[in-house]
Amino acid sequence: MRLFGNKKKEKNGYSQIGPPTGTVSSADPNENGMLGRLRSGLRKTHDKITGGLQSVLKPGARLDEDTLEQIEEQLYLADIGPRTVERICSQLHEACRDGELADAGGVIPFLKERIKADLRPWETGLKLPAQPPAVLLVAGVNGSGKTTTIGKMAMRFQKEGKSVLLAACDTFRAAAGEQLEIWAEWTGADIVKNESADPASVAFDAMDKALSRNYDVLIIDTAGRVHTRENLMSELSKIQRVVSKKLPEAPHETLMVLDANTGQNGLSQAVRFNEYLELTGLVLAKLDGTARGGIVFGMRDQIDVPVKFVGIGQQPEDLAPFDPDKFVDAMFE
Amino acid sequence: MSIVFETLTNTLEGFFGKIRGKPRLTEKNIQDGLREVRLALLEADVNFKVVKDFTRSVSEKAVGDEVIRGVNPAEQITKIVHDELKSLMGPVDTTVPLGGEGPVVIMLAGLQGSGKTTTCGKLAKHIAENYEAEPILCAADVRRPAAIDQLETLGRQLELPVISERGSDALTVCLKARMQAARQNRSPLIIDTGGRLHIDDQMMDELAELKKRIKPDQIYLVADARTGQDAVNSAKEFNRRIEYDAVVLTNLDGDARGGAALSIKAVTGKPVKFVGVGEKMDKFEPFYPDRMADRILGMGDVVTLVEKAEQAIEREDVEAMEEKMRKARFDLEDFRKQLKMIRNMGPMKELMSYIPFVGNKMDGVDFDESDLDRIEAIINSMTPEERARPQVINAGRRNRIAKGCGHRGAEVNMLLKQFRQMKKVMKKLTRGGMEDMANALPDQFTAPGGPMPKGLRKKSKKKGKKN
Repeated sequence: MRLFGNKKKEKNGYSQIGPPTGTVSSADPNENGMLGRLRSGLRKTHDKITGGLQSVLKPGARLDEDTLEQIEEQLYLADIGPRTVERICSQLHEACRDGELADAGGVIPFLKERIKADLRPWETGLKLPAQPPAVLLVAGVNGSGKTTTIGKMAMRFQKEGKSVLLAACDTFRAAAGEQLEIWAEWTGADIVKNESADPASVAFDAMDKALSRNYDVLIIDTAGRVHTRENLMSELSKIQRVVSKKLPEAPHETLMVLDANTGQNGLSQAVRFNEYLELTGLVLAKLDGTARGGIVFGMRDQIDVPVKFVGIGQQPEDLAPFDPDKFVDAMFE
Repeated sequence: MSIVFETLTNTLEGFFGKIRGKPRLTEKNIQDGLREVRLALLEADVNFKVVKDFTRSVSEKAVGDEVIRGVNPAEQITKIVHDELKSLMGPVDTTVPLGGEGPVVIMLAGLQGSGKTTTCGKLAKHIAENYEAEPILCAADVRRPAAIDQLETLGRQLELPVISERGSDALTVCLKARMQAARQNRSPLIIDTGGRLHIDDQMMDELAELKKRIKPDQIYLVADARTGQDAVNSAKEFNRRIEYDAVVLTNLDGDARGGAALSIKAVTGKPVKFVGVGEKMDKFEPFYPDRMADRILGMGDVVTLVEKAEQAIEREDVEAMEEKMRKARFDLEDFRKQLKMIRNMGPMKELMSYIPFVGNKMDGVDFDESDLDRIEAIINSMTPEERARPQVINAGRRNRIAKGCGHRGAEVNMLLKQFRQMKKVMKKLTRGGMEDMANALPDQFTAPGGPMPKGLRKKSKKKGKKN
């Protein structure tokens, strides 16, 4: 969400972490290395696409209708959505009228502060139990990036020295189980799969194994589904029920993976998944493109589920904890 | 695809309603209405800049001379918005050019998770069924874990060969696939490339190189209908690097409003050619800008409804049914058959959505399919005799039927009562009713070559009342 294209290289934006290269290898787990990798190709295109506004917003420049309209446009292009954009813009107008904002230079700090204040109450850490296994259920629409996200989470946990079990409950899509299996190999996690079984029974077996073999973390992968298909959504509730029958407080986290490219449809996705699953968090995947993921902020007025992770590249390490301040800074960088 | 534009449709209808009440179009009332149109389009994820141009263009046309000369401002502005929507999305040729020497090569490209591999299978099935062609698939997505497995599984389902080579690079696999296609005398060769980010120079270079070496006859961009404002950025960048021929818009099931359909053509000049409307292999349709514009404006999509009916219903069945209705010999067995035919066309809610000015009112209405299940169950537990002559059903038979289908006796009675009423209406309609109905229609409908369904035209001719 880079609102105002900028040639300066900031230190803290997400946009600088993680390369979008598809090649597997040469991944430098070192944070600085990741920062470096991004600077190469991405910045130019980014500037080309989103640049242009900063000249208008120089300190001392007058704040006129034209400028405000351009700001509105940038907010729209970030997928924040009509309703929230209108709300922010009216706040901006008010601040102008009340003399709180004298010139264009104050606009960015003003917007940043407002949006950060909105996002800070989010509890973005994973809530894991003191007593293992921690059970995470991951859901989302087709193509949102669930399996990749799970692979990356497995990597994180393994690195923390935790034993990880994956449950391949996507028994619908051709070869989804294989994809998770490859991730299991990469990360050294174990996997429970059974392509001819129904998803809930795979979850049941995985719970059995996680409990009896004392795994630290169980991550359950589910098939991508369209949120308007009632029977498929009930199937998800069933998985959740089966899990909590085995362990009353599980799943400890129920996460929905949302593609950062998603527009206003993201809102109805989150509402419906939340209806069936009571989500505890979101993962914003594919934030390494030019899409700015503003939908997670835009939907906050209607459904308030915190973002816990952001996916910022194809490498197994490219999953970062969500940090509202960084997210907003990157948006206005 | 049916509920894609509901909110948009409702807003537009509100706008037209407001204008309809006005004696004439003024700049003021057009601007008020257009503000709402603008918001609705933005909610549908139509690109901001496209929305801006769209509203400006509609406003210019509406305020200009064109309308002042028009007799009915409301109709005129409906037409302006409709035409503008249509020209934003079209024109499009939904055929796949398959002529020429050697295997035709079609390459699919797009972002990760846009649905390329699934589209690859769907497109192959579409071509195999609608053209005299034997497609062959190539798994050139060598990076994504299990992408090759996925395409191979689809190939097995569709009984089509899939060329792949694990551990190889995309170019080698494609070259090998083209040789195989030529050797096996199959065409087209459909190449599934790996998903990539449009700003990933290295990966985009690879795609451009692939294009240069393979020289595909057609390149399609696969784009997700759920994409927000960024849809135009990736569409533009892919077009700059590989200049594709058309777009396949996926994930148009669910409630995605598909604003990308409006935006991509406007920004790249490349039309949407096909849409994917579900996970299953047959959920793949040609894209019709005209129908989509109709649907956006709440004009329904009767064309799709008729096409669905044609797929689900045998013509002879319909004619036999008509004959029975006319001779008042329509019994419960026929009723059961008719129910089945209608239900073969799809869920009731979806069917309703195609009907003009009804479809967009379906938001939140859940059509209870279980009513139909119940009717079927009751009829199913009747004997053939009871179905043919419902009047023989007495209290004893009724209880047996109720027990057999697991419903209450009262429900059986209700069905029988409804059926009797239905027959009465049918009698009235068929006893000279046909001509009355035909007479009531405007002439254009019954004129030769007019839009009247063939069956009805034929019948009125037979009776010698028309033509």
